[in-house]
Amino acid sequence: MVTVAPPRAPAVRRPAAWLVAAAVVLAAPAVLPPFYVYLGALVLVMGLLAASLNLVLGYGGLYQFHHGVFYGVGAYALALTITRLGWPAWVGILLGPLAAAAAGWAIGVFCVRLTRLYFGMLQISLGSLLWAVALRWYPVTGGDNGIHGIPLPAPLQTLSGAYVFIAVTAGLAFGALWCIVRSPFGATLQAIRDNPQRCQVVGIDVRAHQLLAIVLAAGFAGLAGVLYVVLERSVFPTMLFWVLSLEIFVMCLLGGWFTFSGPLVGAALIVVLRAFAGRHTEYWTLILGTILILLIFFMPEGVMGFVGERLRAHGRGAVGRRSAGPAAGRGTPAAVVAEGDGAADPGAGREAATPPAADDAGGTEVARG
Amino acid sequence: MDLTAVTSQLLVGLSRAMILFIVTAGLSFVLGVLRVPNVFHGSLYMLGAFVAWTVAARLGEGPGSLWAALLLAPLVVAAVGLVIERTLLARLYQREHLMLILFTFGVMLVLNDLVKLTWGPDYRSVVPPPALQGAVVVAGVAVPRYNLFLLAVGPVVAAALWLFTHRTRVGKIARAAAVDREMVAVLGIDVSRVFALAFLVGCYLAGLGGALVAPTTSITLGMDHTIIIEAFLIVTIGGLGNIWGALVGSLLFGITQSVGLLVWPQFAIVFPYLAVVLVLLVRPTGLLRSVW
Repeated sequence: MVTVAPPRAPAVRRPAAWLVAAAVVLAAPAVLPPFYVYLGALVLVMGLLAASLNLVLGYGGLYQFHHGVFYGVGAYALALTITRLGWPAWVGILLGPLAAAAAGWAIGVFCVRLTRLYFGMLQISLGSLLWAVALRWYPVTGGDNGIHGIPLPAPLQTLSGAYVFIAVTAGLAFGALWCIVRSPFGATLQAIRDNPQRCQVVGIDVRAHQLLAIVLAAGFAGLAGVLYVVLERSVFPTMLFWVLSLEIFVMCLLGGWFTFSGPLVGAALIVVLRAFAGRHTEYWTLILGTILILLIFFMPEGVMGFVGERLRAHGRGAVGRRSAGPAAGRGTPAAVVAEGDGAADPGAGREAATPPAADDAGGTEVARG
Repeated sequence: MDLTAVTSQLLVGLSRAMILFIVTAGLSFVLGVLRVPNVFHGSLYMLGAFVAWTVAARLGEGPGSLWAALLLAPLVVAAVGLVIERTLLARLYQREHLMLILFTFGVMLVLNDLVKLTWGPDYRSVVPPPALQGAVVVAGVAVPRYNLFLLAVGPVVAAALWLFTHRTRVGKIARAAAVDREMVAVLGIDVSRVFALAFLVGCYLAGLGGALVAPTTSITLGMDHTIIIEAFLIVTIGGLGNIWGALVGSLLFGITQSVGLLVWPQFAIVFPYLAVVLVLLVRPTGLLRSVW
């Protein structure tokens, strides 16, 4: 039981609080009705998935558009190990994250050569290849039906058993992610996000760091996929479809993707909302879409303004050689005049034409930060 | 493998490429001028198909009903797009791409359910107009008349788009705004109206694609999911915002799919994605020049 508490890190001041939290989480199946236990497990699975995306998105500043692929690869690896190879489930549980990390390396090694939208589009096309294979390779993957009723070892067959396994594993994974973010590697990753040029100049291998981040994030996403199979005992190709990837994005956005706990919070909100909305209406995506639009309109300064400023800093460095000064009020005629001295820079015209130009929100963030 | 099968499969692939081109050209135009990666472009395509079905169903069996659908559906879709642009999107142009992608994804989710609310989850189909039914034999190969019609429409749309962007004043302004919107604004041009018009054109093309595809496929929820990812990939391999790139990319996508159907039908869907990956590995920023 004690193992659930994340490993000690500078910010973890009170181990006792963590122990109590871990005890509460693990005691849930004894107290709560099965539906809530199931919901809790699903929150942990999706929370881990969103947190793994956040490692590359929030901390790495990479346009990881198709993170869902790694989730799917992890889940399929476990499902195929059990049903097609006939190997023990424990082997599959270990293989899942490894297979996802390998997929992360294979996809990432090509993607890190590109930036921003191009990075994202190459990732979507590579990921869609895997999705198309999973969708069509009927003899192995079950095609569009997927694989259902995957036999699991006895301890994982009950809901409470699966829940405890998921809670312990996810707890350890969150701890590991926390350590990664706080490690020198994590600090370097954030430095690269904020100013890749400068990092390159001081001798950091930018691409190697980004690739490692993608591999790690893919591994954790694969672990989330494994946990999903433990909970649901089925896999289906939708897990690798791009729509799921954007939904994970929304979870990170909703909770705040520049914080460590944000993605978990966002995932929890969406999973719970969907579960309860699903009881009353079949028009869940209408609700999700409305929430997303409202979020973008009415929380521009809070969570997103901050992240946007960070990502913009990343993008600015990637496209032009413009010094990373606070770019206030671009996009207005006045701003063009104000940017007169930038005209000497050959990259300036192109740069000014891109819309991510900081608005007043960015300006205030810079001033505040 | 006999030659007629290859020829007919390639012709089907080409006509499919024409639909892809019409939809993708709209996406690319919006991406080039407004810099908005419009994820709900696919929903507008789906909406176009459903509206075309409604118009055709209302008008009944008459010979003009599908022509009316082809005329009206894109206009309805363009109007919907314009309303979204004026009420919501126009306020977000200053945000960075990630926010715009998520916003348009939100609109896609909403539109998806609105279509479900309006038309229900059933499959629908539309019959081509009588003049375009049946097949004609070209060089020993039977080709559906409707596919020949699509093969003719594609170049017409390409030519019309070229005339619009190169020969009309507002089209030239739109191209200028694609390169440097601040400069255009400084010259005293209302960029906001240019954007609205460009978005209108983009949405019209999505609706036109949807209306044109209606007689060739079953109209169903979820057709937006497939087309939008294909359209985005085509735009990327063609060069962001480049209309001719959209044409080249669409042809590549349509033809590799046909080749896939001939070579290995089960995995036909993999071939175009493979082609996209190969192009992106060799030329990451697209085959033709990006306007970005």
